[in-house]
This record gives sequence, C-alpha cells and structure tokens, in this order.
Amino acid sequence: MATAAADITDHHDDHGPAKGIGRWLFSTNHKDIGTMYLLFSLVMFFVGGAMAMVIRSELAVPGLQFVDPGFFNSMTTMHALIMVFGAVMPAFVGLANWMIPLMIGAPDMALPRMNNWSFWILPVAFGILLSTLFMPGGAPASGWTMYPPLVLQTGDAFPFLIFSVHLMGISSIMGSINVIVTIINMRAPDMSLLKMPIFVWTWLITAYLLIAVMPVLAGAVTMLLTDQFFGTSFFLAAGGGDPVMFQHIFWFFGHPEVYIMILPAFGVVSEIIPTFSRKKLFGHDSMVYAASSIAFLSFIVWAHHMFTVGMPLTGQLFFMFATMLIAVPTGVKVFNWVATMWRGSMTFETPMLFALAFVFLFTIGGFSGLMLAIQPADVQYHDTYFVVAHFHYVLVPGSIFALMAGAYYWLPKWTGYYYNETLGKLHFWMSTIFVNVTFFPMHFLGLAGMPRRIPDYSTQFADFNFIASIGAMGFGLSQLIFLLVLLTAKKGAKADDRVWEGAHGLEWTVPSPAPWHTFTTPPKNRIAEESF
Amino acid sequence: MSLLGITFASAAQAEWQLNMPTGVTELSAETYGLHMMVFWWCVAIGIVVFGVMIYSLIKHRKAAGAKPAKFTHSMTAEILWTAVPVVILLIMAVPAAETMVKLEDSRDPDLTIVITGYQWRWHYKYQDEGLDFYSSLALPSLEARGKQSGIDPNTVDNYLLEVDRPVVVPVGAKVRLLVTSNDVVHSWWVPELAIKKDAVPGMVNEAWFRATETGTYRGQCTELCGRGHGYMPIVVEVVEPDAYQAWVDTRKDGAPQVAATQ
Amino acid sequence: MTTHTDEHYYVPHGSHWPVVGSVGLLFLMVGISSWLNGADAAFYVFLLGLAIMVFMITGWFAEVIGESQRGLYNEQVDKSFRQGMFWFIFSEVMFFAAFFGALFYARNMSIPWLGGESNNFFTNLLLWEGFESTWPTNGPGNIGGEYQVMPPIGLPLINTALLLTSSVTVTIAHHALIADKRAQLKIFLASTFILGFIFVGLQAYEYIHAYQDLNLKLTSGIYGSTFFMLTGFHGMHVTIGAIMLMTIFFRVMKGHFTPEKHFAFEAVAWYWHFVDVVWIGLYVFVYWL
Ligand code: HEA
Ligand code: HEA
Ligand code: CUA
Ligand SMILES: [Cu+2]
Repeated sequence: MATAAADITDHHDDHGPAKGIGRWLFSTNHKDIGTMYLLFSLVMFFVGGAMAMVIRSELAVPGLQFVDPGFFNSMTTMHALIMVFGAVMPAFVGLANWMIPLMIGAPDMALPRMNNWSFWILPVAFGILLSTLFMPGGAPASGWTMYPPLVLQTGDAFPFLIFSVHLMGISSIMGSINVIVTIINMRAPDMSLLKMPIFVWTWLITAYLLIAVMPVLAGAVTMLLTDQFFGTSFFLAAGGGDPVMFQHIFWFFGHPEVYIMILPAFGVVSEIIPTFSRKKLFGHDSMVYAASSIAFLSFIVWAHHMFTVGMPLTGQLFFMFATMLIAVPTGVKVFNWVATMWRGSMTFETPMLFALAFVFLFTIGGFSGLMLAIQPADVQYHDTYFVVAHFHYVLVPGSIFALMAGAYYWLPKWTGYYYNETLGKLHFWMSTIFVNVTFFPMHFLGLAGMPRRIPDYSTQFADFNFIASIGAMGFGLSQLIFLLVLLTAKKGAKADDRVWEGAHGLEWTVPSPAPWHTFTTPPKNRIAEESF
Repeated sequence: MSLLGITFASAAQAEWQLNMPTGVTELSAETYGLHMMVFWWCVAIGIVVFGVMIYSLIKHRKAAGAKPAKFTHSMTAEILWTAVPVVILLIMAVPAAETMVKLEDSRDPDLTIVITGYQWRWHYKYQDEGLDFYSSLALPSLEARGKQSGIDPNTVDNYLLEVDRPVVVPVGAKVRLLVTSNDVVHSWWVPELAIKKDAVPGMVNEAWFRATETGTYRGQCTELCGRGHGYMPIVVEVVEPDAYQAWVDTRKDGAPQVAATQ
Repeated sequence: MTTHTDEHYYVPHGSHWPVVGSVGLLFLMVGISSWLNGADAAFYVFLLGLAIMVFMITGWFAEVIGESQRGLYNEQVDKSFRQGMFWFIFSEVMFFAAFFGALFYARNMSIPWLGGESNNFFTNLLLWEGFESTWPTNGPGNIGGEYQVMPPIGLPLINTALLLTSSVTVTIAHHALIADKRAQLKIFLASTFILGFIFVGLQAYEYIHAYQDLNLKLTSGIYGSTFFMLTGFHGMHVTIGAIMLMTIFFRVMKGHFTPEKHFAFEAVAWYWHFVDVVWIGLYVFVYWL
C-alpha cells in the first residue's frame, strides 16, 4: 500500500475540489461527475417509478379509477423513456465515470470538459421531457417506441419529445466517446486489453454500441419531425414511404439499446461474483468473446420486435434464427458465473446477494426472451403482458439489481465507510420478493390474453393484476430502504483500502474514500499482482 | 426459483386463465405445442443451471469451511456449454420454422374478409358477399367503462370484450383476412385463432385461419392506437355453414345493422 | 509548468463552457419546438440559443487552443483528441446511415410492395390499384404533384468534381504542413474551403432550380424526402466543414501548428474527407442509380 499512498499524495499543481455549487456545475473530475450521474439517475428512477405506481394503481382493479386513458398512455410512455434514458443508462455511465479510471489506473476520463457537458445535457433533456406533462394535448402517449402515425397525433409535446430525444442522444454519444477513448488511450502501461477487468470490457463494447445506434435513433426521430412539420413522406404510404419503416429504424436502435442496458450489468456482476467467491473469474477471455458476440448479434435481430407486422417469410426466418442464437453467448456468461462460484469460498454480503439474484432472475427473463424469439409463438405473446413480464425481468432484477449490487459493492470505496449491512440485506430481500410478486404474474396475464398499454381490462384478468399491483407498491416502498442506506452511508465502520476480503483490482489499491485525484502518474507493475 | 418453475409448470396444465389457449385451429394447436416445447426446454435448462448453482451456494460457502479452488478456465467445459445450447436451439428452430411457413400460406381461401382498423373500431368487409359493417365496443361495456360510471365492471358480461356486431364465419372454412388501417397502426388479435396481424395504414397484410369448432372467440386490438386502444375488442363467431348462410342473407336484406346476430 | 507536462495528462480544473452550452441547448430546443408549434416569437428564443451556442463554441475552442499553444498537452492528450474525433465522425456516419437506410428501404421494400410485389399483392389491389413500382417516385398518392428528376450530369457532376478536388487540395495542404512549407499550406488550405463554399453555393442554386423549374420539393413524396434530406444534411455538413477549414486557415495565418503537432488540422481534414465520402455515396445512390 505504501506505493499507492505515494502516488496519490503526489498532488503538485492540483488543488482540491472547488467550493460551493461551482464544484458541480463546472466539474471536470470524473468522481464528481460520476456522483452527479448516479444521483441524477436515482432521482429519475424515483420519478419513473412514481409513474409506474400510477400505472399499477390504475390497473389494480378493473374499471377506470384514477386517470383518463390518454393520461395513462402518457404515464406508460414517460415511465419507459425516463427509466431507460434517465435511470438505467445514466446510472451505468455514472459507474463508468467513477470506476473505469480507477480500474485502469488513469488520472481521469480522457476528455474531462466534454464529460461535464454530457452530464449537464441530461437535466436539460429531462427537464424538457417532463415539462411536456403540462402542455396542451398532454405528454407523449404513443409508447416509448413512438410509432407513427400515432405519435404524429401528439399535441404540443411533439417537437419537445423529438428534441429531448436528440439531447439524450448527444449526451450518450459524448459520454461513450469519452469511455472508449479513456479505455483505449488511458490505461496503465502494463494493462493489456485482455488484462482489463470485465466491467471495463463490457463498457467498451457498450460504448461502441451506443455510438453506433444513438445517431440512428436521432435520424429516425428527425424523420418523424420532418414528416410532421415539413411534409416529407418517410412514413406515409401514399408518398411511397411506409409506417413500418420507422419500426425498422427504431428497432435497429432499440434492440442494441436493450443490450446497452444489460452489458454493463454483466460487467458489474462479473466483478462481484469473483470477489465474494474468493476465486478468479472463470473464463475471463471467453466472457470478452461472449460479450462481443452479443454485441455483434444485437445488430441483426431487430425485427424480432416486429413479427406481426407482415414481413416476408424469409425475413421472419432470418430474424428468428439470429435471435435464438443470442442465447448461446448469453448462456456462456451464465455458465461462467456459475463456474466461478463452483468450489469457491462464498460469503453473502448485500452486493453478492443482488448479484446472485441477478443471475437467477435475469436468466428467467432470458428464457422468456427465447420463447418470444419463436416467431409463431410470438404471434400469441406479442404486445401482451408476457412481453412486459419478459423485459421487466431482464431490466428490473436485471439492470436495476446489477446497479444496486454495484452501488453496495463500491459504496465503501466512494464514502470510506461500510454501509449498514442489515439495511442492505433488508433492502435486498424485500426487493427480491416483491419484484417477483410484481412481474411473475404478468406472464400469466399475457398468456391469458391481456394486451399491454391498456388502462382497463376484462374482469378475468383481475386477480393477477391485483397481485402485481400489490407487489409493485411493495417493491416501490422497498426502494425507500435504499435511500435510508445512502443517508446512513457514512455512519458505519471505517473501510480500509481493500474493503472486501476477496477484492482484486486497481480500484482497491487506492484509499477509501478514493481521493479526489488518483493515479496522477500511472501505476506501475501492479496489474499482474492485482489480477491474481 | 424451482418453486417458481413449479408454479409455472402447474399453471401450464391449468385452464386458460394461466396459460396460452390451445385454440380452435390446427395452427393454434401447433403454436401452443411450440410454446410448451420451448417452455419445457427452458424449465429443464433452468433446473440444471439453477440446481448446480444452488448446490454450489450451499456447499461452497465460506461458512461451511470451503477453501477456494484455483482453476480459472476449461476449454472442454467452454466448448460443451457452447455446443449443447446450439443443438437445443436447432431442435426448437426446425418445428418453429415449419409452423411459420404454414402460417404464411393464405392461398385458396373459401372466404375473404377485409379488416380495416379505425380509431377506435373495426370495419369488416366480406369481399365476395358484398357485405360490410363496423364493429364497436358493446353498449354495456361502453356505459361501464367511464371513470364515474358507477357501474361495477364485474356486473357486465364480457366487460370490454363484447362488440355490437361480431364477425361471423362458417366452421371448417379457410378464411383469409386482409388487414389494413384507416389511420394509425392497430393489430387484430384473437388468441383462440392464433392470429395477430398488424393493421398498417397504406399496406395490406394477409392472415388466415380455419376454425374447427363452433363457438364465440374474443380478442382485442394489440397495437397502441391512442386513447381508445383498450376499447376496440374483436368477437368472432364460428357457426355451422347454414347458420352462416342465413346470417349473410339477413344481412344482405338490409336487416337493421344493430341487431345482434343470435 | 512545462516541465512535467510530458508525464502528466492534462486535466483542466473546472470549466464553465459546458454549462453555458447546456443553457444554449435549452434555449435552442425550447425555442425551435415552440416555434414549430406556431409561437412565432419563439424564433427569437431559438436565435438566442444559437447565439449562446456560438459564444460557447468559440469560447471553449479558444480556451483549448490557448492551452494547446501553451504546450499543456502531451502526446497522450493529443491521442485522446484524435480518437475522440474518430468516434465522433463514426457517429456522424451512423446518422447518415439512418437516412441511407430509409432510401434503400423505400427503393427495395416499400415501393415494390406498394406495387404489389412480395406478399403485398393485395396492398396494390385494394389500396393502390394502378400504381407501378418505379424509382424515382413520389408514391401512389402522387404527393406533391408532378415533378422532374434531378439529372446526375450537370451541376451534381460539377459538384462531385469540386469536392473531390477539395479533398486533394486539403491533402496537399497537409503534406505542405508536414514539410513546413507554410506558403503552399496557406494557398491549398484556402482553396479547399473556397471550393467548399462554391459547392454550397451551387447546391443552393440546384435547390432553387429544383423548386422553381422542376417542381421537385421536399414534399415530393419519398423521392423528394430522401433527396432533400440526404443532400440537405450533407450540405449542412459541408458548410460546417468549410467553416472549420476557415478557422484552421486563420490559425495557420497566426502561425499555429507545427509539422509534428497539428491535431486540429488533421481533425478538420478527416472531417472533410468524411463529407467527401458521404457525397460519393449520395452521388451514386441519390443522383445516379
Ligand atoms: C436488458 C434488456 C433486455 C435483454 C437482455 C433482453 C434479452 C432478450 N430478449 Fe428482450 N426485450 C427487452 C429487453 C431485453 N431483452 C425489451 C425492453 C423488450 C420490449 C420492448 C417493447 O416492445 O417495448 C423486449 C422484447 C423482446 C422481444 C419482442 C417481443 C414482442 O414484442 O413480441 C423478443 C423476441 O424475440 C425478445 C427476445 C429476447 C432474447 C432472445 C433475449 C436474449 O438475449 C436472452 C438470452 C438469455 C438466455 C436465453 C438465458 C441464459 C442462457 C442460458 C442459461 C443458456 C442456455 C439456454 C438455452 C439454450 C435456451 N425480447
Ligand atoms: C429500465 C427500465 C424499467 C424499469 C426499471 C421499470 C420499472 C417498473 N415498471 Fe416498467 N416499463 C419499462 C421499463 C422499465 N420499467 C418499459 C420500457 C415499458 C414499456 C413502455 C411502453 O409500453 O411503451 C414499461 C412498461 C411498464 C408497464 C406496462 C404499462 C402498459 O403496458 O400500459 C408496467 C405495468 O405494470 C410497468 C411497471 C413497472 C414497475 C412496477 C416498475 C418498478 O420496478 C418501479 C419501482 C420503482 C419505484 C416505485 C420508485 C422508487 C420508490 C418511490 C418513489 C417511493 C414511493 C413508492 C410508492 C408510492 C409505492 N412498466
Ligand atoms: Cu386499435 Cu389499439
Ligand atoms: Cu430485442
């Protein structure tokens, strides 16, 4: 540790953080920006969650009780946009900001000023998006997929929706450029690509996906804008276009997008399981290849979201086969995690618990994904609650649980203190139980024939909807425990550099809390010993 | 998890509240078969993967005195768990592709109906019978659906799943559907017929079914189409051929359009 | 200060430009959205946003250029900038890919389908009877009325020649910079952006011709949509590229850049080549085939 301390106290011309609000507004420090990303995404998670609560309250029993159908659709749309672009993606960018420089021994992100900008665009983007709730005609209500011609019936909110999506895209692209450049250019000299921690690897691939697909989304919504205001005919059959063309372009973005939300989660879990198994990650290199294959395949499966749209047979066959193939590299990941645990020496602190639940529940979500990939069966599942069940399994106990796991795992490194383990465990058990109560019955609802995006339903669906709504309230309230954990985060025992007994990696060689500046000079000869 | 697996498994055998309906066409039964086949494969893989994992969680705890092993990779294992899933996927893919090919073959129908989606009702046109009508949410549901209606949905028969004028088709006939839309994208879905086809403005999609049992089959619009998306149900009545003919004849005579078909 | 720039990666300490940029974007986006919704006055909000953006970009770049001139950037920082620029251009490529995708989809999918091909016999029969699949087309609804096609020879060909030449001149300028021939550098750099501006001018002329003489408009069905959106976005990029080249030119006049270190020059040159390559794609698929 002596060497580490020497590196970090080596401050020369660097000053500490600025005082007051300026520290945050003008920040170029990856840790501060990471913190802002994480807090922003937490706020958005609560806002999006509150909207989910509106949805679940309305759906608790048959009949309309609280909201109008139009407002209900707005809630569904805004819930998804906020969760996807406001909660999950920024949260992972926050983790990337905090951890990637620490993991690869870099002094900061490669382009620190741009890093600040990519964050500060987000409040603008979501400010604009949320303001649409108060506009004539209401907030966007066309689903997060924004299919024309329906989306063109949006009121005054329409251009605001388009431009806020543009802003989210700009932010993501700049954030991703920063991540890629940091990883490629800023690694400690003796860290070769294949020695990089898996979290860094998955983020490298994710950033690549983001740069490849966010501009395509921008293009798609730009076409919506010009169709609406400037008389183009991209999505108008009479003019030689096709409404379905939007769906193709959207899902060319949309499918890689879902892997954008899960690959960093894979990365987090791949860091945590070895630590608490006290055993090196099984098949590090094959994890890298698997993640790359997933990324590659994600570009050629998009039309599995469009199996009922009337594609030619050959197209449907191709997209069905390609989609099914994704189960193979994803399976490799799951098997590698299990093999990592195998004959390890496991303990079950909160991060590990969340990571384990991730492996179980993500796999269940993956299985339902595979069922959806079977085109004839998808004809029955499509646009029902079976799909809602599928993607919440991969997103909530998937992405969100991985984020929680990561937060608990690195919290002592961020604050310098252990969080309250009892509260953490309580948070975990409540979340895990309620997440299943919420989303498992949705499988049954979908199979029994309940379409998604409806504010009211036939009475035969009442029982499971009620259960799901109870579960959702329980899950939502459980998240308040996490707030409590954060508020008491500095009340626990003092954490040492290593924090966890089995932890390995450069981030565990710097003090806890990690000083404002780390690795002003790159660490030397420590990679080998850290990747044991 | 295995608990969840069992719930799902028993659910699978239970009535249509829990599982996909077997339906009343040859292809709906095939679809159901595919669904169950893939489902059972997933259960099987789940049992193996989760079984190993749970065993490890119990045996390889630090608290149980486990010492960490040193191995970090195994080529044999990697190849095995890449190859085996590929084989399983092939086993699933072949029958799925076969069913898909059949689903797409709407040639030589006995009857063709053009279905047009409107915000928010369906329009049906029997192409050769020269018959056409709109079909909207039935009055009892319509009255009960409002926020302050004061009517308990539980007291309405087939709440939100009843229409004023159902589609009537003869049993055993190959019915071809030509689906399109007048405004936004809708989707025409009847689970028991295993048909879900998007109604895209400016484009016509084809689908077909041959119902083997008479009865009343209900479905809904399944593509978000605005405020009324939850309120555009579909009812298909499959009747004996002569009953069908009688229905066509009364319709042609200009019988009042509101009259129920029974 | 300069002693340890070599071993230390330069991390700036605080910058207000990004936040200024965010405020600019806020005005820009709210302004244009409200304007599109019919609030005429909002156009001034948009202009204000634009002004803030210009202020931000010049301020931010001036700061970076200043730091660069003071020698704060080591080799590694230079590399970060290069890689950053590369990925930025890649994102631009993907943006254009969306519009090329729309073009290919329309030409190979939706138009044949409207004409009854593939599994769309009834699409043609029931909805668009009589429509035959051709390209170019403004669709079965004859949206925008009769129009004439922009021929590939004539102006577009001249424009192609202009852009190709400008790609050559910028390369010559680059070689001159490396060989430290400043006079040659200035001449060829200047001719590059002049060619760029001529291109934009001719493009504008072509648009006027299209609107006035050919009745070819943005509203001329899918052909008009893809034609104007693709060439329009491209023209925007040429304009931006030419402005960037001009900036570089003024920096050269001020004596910036050395044969070893001239990231900004290279970045702009890459950008210019990218604009050029997109044009080739445009020329082939929009004008020619
Ligand atoms: C994090 C997000 C995420 C992830 C990771 C996935 C993963 C997968 N998804 Fe999912 N999906 C979504 C998010 C995600 N999805 C969302 C948001 C939607 C809906 C969007 C909307 O309409 O609004 C959606 C919708 C969706 C559909 C369209 C459904 C419809 O609308 O009709 C389909 C169809 O094929 C699909 C398939 C898959 C498949 C095959 C995977 C695979 O990657 C899963 C692979 C994993 C496994 C299979 C489990 C582990 C593997 C093993 C243990 C190995 C052995 C297994 C076998 C051989 C079976 N998804
Ligand atoms: C990462 C993405 C993400 C996440 C995390 C979630 C989280 C949740 N989602 Fe969401 N969801 C989507 C992505 C996501 N969803 C998408 C893409 C769609 C499709 C949209 C479309 O069709 O266009 C969708 C649609 C969707 C629907 C279908 C709506 C419809 O079809 O009409 C439902 C219904 O139950 C639902 C529920 C929930 C619930 C209960 C949670 C819960 O996990 C949320 C829990 C969190 C909180 C509750 C916040 C924290 C707690 C508090 C603020 C305390 C106060 C709490 C109480 C008052 C109880 N979601
Ligand atoms: Cu019509 Cu939904
Ligand atoms: Cu997908």
